[in-house]
Order: sequence, then structure tokens, then C-alpha cells
Amino acid sequence: MDSTPQPPQGSPSRSRRPRRLAALIALPLTALLLSGCTVPSFGAKKSDTVTGRSTYQLWQGFSIAAAVIGGFVILLIVIAVIRFRAKGATIPRQSQYHLPLEIAYTIIPIVMVFVLFGYTVVVENKVVAEPATPYQVSINAFQWGWKFSYPGTNALIVGHTTQNPMMLIPVGVPVHYTLTSTDANHGFYVRDFNFSRLAIPGIKNEFSFQAIDTGTFNGQCTELCGLYHSLMYFRVKVVTLPEFLAWEKKFDTPAGAAAALAANLVDEQETSSIIPTKPTGTTGTKI
Amino acid sequence: MSEHVDTLTHDDHASHEHHGATGILNWLTTTDHKIIGMSYTITSVIMMLIGGALAEVIRIQLTTPTGSLVTFSQYNQLFTMHGSVMIYLFAGPFAFGALANIIVPLQIGAPDMAFPRLNALSYWLYLTGSLTMLAGFFTTGGAANFGWVGYAPMTDSVNAPGVGTDLWIGALLLTGFSAIFTGVNLVATIYYLRAPGMTLFRMPIFTWNLLVTAILILLAFPVLTAGLIMLFCDRHFGTHIYTVVGGGSPVLWQNIFWFWGHPEVYILALPFFGMVTEIIPVFSRKPVFGYKGMIFATLSIAALSLGVWAHHMFTTGVVLLPFFSIMSLLIAVPTGIKIFNWIGTMWGGQIWFSTAMLMSIGFVITFLIGGLTGIYLASPPLDFFTHDTYFVVAHFHSVVMALVLGAMAGLYYWAPKMTGYLLDERLGKIQFWLLFIGTQVFTFPLYIVGLNGMPRRMALYPNNPEWQTLNVWSSIGAFMIGISTLVFAINCFYSWKRTPAGDNPWDAHTLEWFTTSPPPHHNYYRLPKIRSERPTWDYNHPDKPALVHGHNHDGESS
Repeated sequence: MDSTPQPPQGSPSRSRRPRRLAALIALPLTALLLSGCTVPSFGAKKSDTVTGRSTYQLWQGFSIAAAVIGGFVILLIVIAVIRFRAKGATIPRQSQYHLPLEIAYTIIPIVMVFVLFGYTVVVENKVVAEPATPYQVSINAFQWGWKFSYPGTNALIVGHTTQNPMMLIPVGVPVHYTLTSTDANHGFYVRDFNFSRLAIPGIKNEFSFQAIDTGTFNGQCTELCGLYHSLMYFRVKVVTLPEFLAWEKKFDTPAGAAAALAANLVDEQETSSIIPTKPTGTTGTKI
Repeated sequence: MSEHVDTLTHDDHASHEHHGATGILNWLTTTDHKIIGMSYTITSVIMMLIGGALAEVIRIQLTTPTGSLVTFSQYNQLFTMHGSVMIYLFAGPFAFGALANIIVPLQIGAPDMAFPRLNALSYWLYLTGSLTMLAGFFTTGGAANFGWVGYAPMTDSVNAPGVGTDLWIGALLLTGFSAIFTGVNLVATIYYLRAPGMTLFRMPIFTWNLLVTAILILLAFPVLTAGLIMLFCDRHFGTHIYTVVGGGSPVLWQNIFWFWGHPEVYILALPFFGMVTEIIPVFSRKPVFGYKGMIFATLSIAALSLGVWAHHMFTTGVVLLPFFSIMSLLIAVPTGIKIFNWIGTMWGGQIWFSTAMLMSIGFVITFLIGGLTGIYLASPPLDFFTHDTYFVVAHFHSVVMALVLGAMAGLYYWAPKMTGYLLDERLGKIQFWLLFIGTQVFTFPLYIVGLNGMPRRMALYPNNPEWQTLNVWSSIGAFMIGISTLVFAINCFYSWKRTPAGDNPWDAHTLEWFTTSPPPHHNYYRLPKIRSERPTWDYNHPDKPALVHGHNHDGESS
């Protein structure tokens, strides 16, 4: 298709182009490599789970790619807009095709896409893996709260809207979760774990993750589930394994279970003043 | 520019004029594609104003963590109707009903659409559907309140017992049939009514994109229509297609909806891609760079768009992740080709920064941002932690705000063919800067607040007051966009019958600029010889044809 000989003055400018292009891409990459472990977070969080950290690294990789490509394209636009603004009524050269260039900006993005896809598959396989583990949690979402039960034990925590539940999990070991819903679609989402999964009626979703540090983390429903969707919070408290096992035992006596449940419900100060079903007056006039 | 214009005679105008009904009766009974197109334009822009007003209420509510402007129920109705009005009643009908109706027959030298009465039916179905959906606000239960995606089981008779839901379903059926008929009409028109010499590979990119859009409409909309009928049966006739109790599956709705919904994203986007692909070459005074590559990019976007629907369902746990991931990532390639082609068109040109051109450049930059953030969402692990957060909201608002910039570019560019008059350029530039900067101020805080963990569709965020600052900034951006829209409305009234445009005010390329502004009843008294994709340019500049193969596009620099 492209058999017309090139004008001779075209060739030097084309041989310069790849080098300039390479420099444009290589410079920021080298800068990032030299800065070593201080790759910026690009707005994401490092995560408190093993798989969440893999996701975080993938996020950084995608962000570097996006910044380089986006920066390059915006630079081209800015150059074009400044350099080629109309300077009179002359009609510019009516050129229309440049096949080598067109092939280049088709092939290079395809290669980049497959590189991104390769990393995606590697991380995805880690994130969806379900290693065998004795520690299990059954999560059941309902309008508008959460039920966390621990198969093989008596431990059970239920809470909703004004008193949301706190799920206890052990640190340093993988925990396996099953996620179900009794009524609407709900979303199980913990920002600090870089993870979410939908709870859909009729579907039993299973996943697994391993916490790295102890602490308490916020979670909430992300899939619209009706009127009080905005108030469907929960907490995840990561404790040491002995603490966790001791905590599970508390549920073996009725009195212990009541105390443990009470300790694992969070009074939503702000929420209590918004939902009319609970007597107001505890937190003043909020609305 | 006027020295290039070939003025056409108006002497035999009367013989072509179809005398009959006038005024309101004419508008009610017309089958003229230009009048139907104007009706579409005005109706869909009014829908944009309504959808925008709903958005501003949402943005006021979110300026404080425990905003008390609206109740939970009202808030759910607000974002549902904002999304529904913008997608079903503005973006789609504007893309393939308004400008397509006016411009496609003109660009291919046709006297009208292939089926003028079907075209009129499309408009009336669209108007009826729009009023049906908005009527939901006046029912006792309020309007639809389950998000514009209407996920089962939130749409069943237990969770959404109100009439508003049925009106929403009815409205989608009506506007869906309207879209299908428009699709039929566009395909038939483009295949059968092209002027002599207008081969497929001489068609303007806008017409090409509308052809592909119309084919996508015919593939996608019937699926949504079927899904909606099944939903209606679930609600009223005791079937259990989407309910677990009777053996159905709620996730089936997600599959059906997104099988329509992702092609729909490109049904919305391709016409706007087409608009800026008309505008950038004209105001760079060059042919579009990589014309054929552009068409193949459009075709591959359309083909890929049919295989990516489940990337909306990565977190459901029931889809094959790698397949939908690679299909979605690959769409970046043809989209990238388009962006490089737009830059290549500007490169070496003589860029005239009219409002239409500014809007088009704004479109390219905003769409680039929306496209790059979309690449993250095509990766399942990254989607897991951003799904249903404001990161996703920011991503698709970058995309749709790019489409709004494209729509405005199209309106400023084609106003002469719609009304015979130019829109005011000073007001246009004020509108552009407000709209462009407002869009970025609106979306950037949403990306960050989404990464900080704010889920979408939340009326309040009482436990996270730290999100307030970002939300306030986003609301400021939203109001800048709102003000820019008011500037546009003012411009429409200000420019009415002020500056006659002439036939070809931009020294443009394509056939519609060969006829009068506005065109006569059956569009053309005579046609130029069509020997390339720029017949009007060739007529006005016979000595400046496009240099096709093998020429370095910026060879002039040496």
C-alpha cells in the first residue's frame, strides 16, 4: 500500500524520532528506578493484607504506565496547540497518512496492553487464591447490617445501622470467608485491605486473605441496597491468634456470649441521630 | 473565508417548498429530518438541564458529612433519576437522534432519512418515554430509586413497590424502541441514500461512526428491551426470572443489562468521536489524519465492545476474570489510535481556535483522563478495591463530561446548518473555560475521595468527616459546569437571528457545507462532484487535494 518513495528530507527526522521518544519514556522511568522503594502511592493505600499489598504494587505499576502515557499524550497536544496555531490564511500541507507512524502507535499499545494483562493475571491469581486454613468466617449481609459467624464455634456477631458489628480475625494466618446475602445485593468492602466482593442473593462467594498487622479497620456496604445503604458500616478488628482463640471461647457460655457481642457492637454516634427509629437526644441536634 | 464559498441561488426555492401545515401543526406532523432533529436537540438539551439540576442537588447534599437537604429516599431517587435522565434521555438521544438526524442525510447528499415517518415515530416515542420517566416524581412512592442500572432484586415488587418503577421500565421500553427505530433508519439511510460518488470510504467519519453506532444499537437495545419485559413480568405476572425464591437469578439481570450497557457506552461515545473528528480537521485546515485507520479503529471498538460487559461484574465472583480483562484492556488500543490521529491532524496544521475547536481539544484531554483511569478498572484486582467507590464515578464522569464537551463542540460547529445563524464566540469561549476547568475541578477530588474509600450512592458519610473538603471542591466544580450550561442557554437566546452564518462559515470539508444554511426542504439544489471524503473542500480548493500515501505528515517542517 505504501510504495511511494519517501521524500529524502523525511528520513533524518524519522530516525531522530524514536530516540527522542525513547528518551521521553526512559527519563521518568529511570528517575523512578533510581528513587528505589519510594515509588509514590498514587493515592492508594499499602493495605494490611498480603494480597492487598500485591494489588497495591499492581496499582503503582499501572499508575506509572498511565502517568507516562498520559503525560506524553498531553505534551503532544500542548506542543501541537502552541506550535501550530494559525499564523495567517495560508493553507498547510494537506498530508493525511504516515503508515509507519500509524503502525507504531497500534503495535506499541498492543504490547503495553499485554504487559499490563500479564501482571494483572499474576496478581489476580494471588488475590483469588483460597489456601487451606482452619480459620473460617461466614459473612451474611442483610438490609441493613452484617452477621459474622465462625463455623465450628459458637461465635456470632450481628449488628445493623445504629449499632454496627465488629468482625474479629487473627493476624498472620490466612482466613477463609464465605459471603452471602439474605435479601438485596450488598458489597463487602474494606478499604485498608484493597478488596471488595459483592454479596448477591443465591450466590455463595468465597475468598481468603491474611492480615499483616493488628488494628481496627473500617468497612462498609458498597452496593446500593435500599434506604439505609449509607449507614451499613462494619469494623474489622485484627488481633493476635491467641487473643482470637480466647475470644471465640467466650461464646461458649450465654453470659460470655452476651458480653462479647456487646463488646463487638459499635455505637454509631452520628448515625444514631439520623435514624428516627432510635430515640434522639444522645448526640444533640445533628440534622 | 468567504472568498472560498460558492453561493447557491435561491430562485427556485418556492418550487421545492412543500406547502401545507404551518406553525405548531407543521411541527406535529413533519417528517423532515432537520425539524425532527431540531426537536430532538431541544428536547435532549432540556433533559440535560433537568439531569444537571438533579446533580447539583446531589452535590449540595454531599458538601457536609451529614447533609440534611434531602432524605435517604429522596437521595436514592435523585441519583437514580440523574443517571437515568442523563444516559437514557440526554446522551443517547442527543448522540444518535439530534445531530445524527440533521447531519447524516446532509453529509451523504440525501434528501431525507430513508423512512421519514418512522423517524417521526422515533421522536414521539422518545418524547413520550421522557415524560413517562419524569412522571415518576409525581407518584406517591416517588420516582425510581434503585440506581440507573436497576440491579435486581432492588427493582422487584418488594423492594420497589411504587408506580415510579413501572414508569421507569415503561420509559426505557419507549425510548428503547425509539433508539431501535432510529438505528434501522440510520443503517438504511447510509446504505441506500448516498449521493452518486459517495462511496463508503468517502463518507465523513461522523457518518461512519453513526453507521457503526446504529449497528450497535440494533445488536444491543433488543437485549435490554427483552430484559425489561422479563422484569415487568416478574413484578406483575408472578414470574421468577430475577428472584431466587422461584429459581431465578438476580445476577442474570446484571448480565443482560451490561450486555446492552457496555455497547451502550460506545453507542454514546462514537457519535461524539465522530463530531470532533469532523471539527479538528476543519479548524486545523487539514484532512483528518489516518482516515482509514480511524474507521478501522471505530469498527474494532464496536466489535470489542460486545465482549466486555462483565468487567462491570468483576466483584460478583461469577465471571471469567481474565477473558473480560483482556477484552477490556484491548479497547484502549483503537481508542488510543483515535487520540493519536486527532493529534496527527492538528500537527502541521493552522489551528483556528474557534469555540468548536476549543471544545474538541477539551474533549480529547478529558477523554484521555477518563480513558486512562478506565484501564485500571479493566484489571480485576484493581477493580476489586475501586469497585462501587467514587473512583469509578470519577472515571465515567470524566468520560461523559468529555462527551458533553463534544456535544457542545458539535452544537457550535453545526449551529449554522440547524438555524442559519452562528452562536456567539465570546460567550462560547467563556462557556468553554468554565466547562473545561469545572469538569476537572469536579472529577479530580472524586478520584481521590474514591481511593480514600468513599462508596458511591451514599446520602451521608457520617463516619468520615475527612472526606468533606474533597467533596466541597467537587461541588464547586459541579457548579462551574452548571454555570457554563447557563452561559450556553444565554448564548442560544443572545445569538438567535443575530449573525447570519452563510453557507460555509468555517471553510469546511464535507457535503453539508455545500448547501444553504439552513438547508432547503430536500437539502440540495445541486451537488459537487464527490471524488474524496472532502467534496466541499475539493470544490473550493481544487489545487489543494489531500496528499495521500507515503508523505510525512509533518514533512513541511524541513
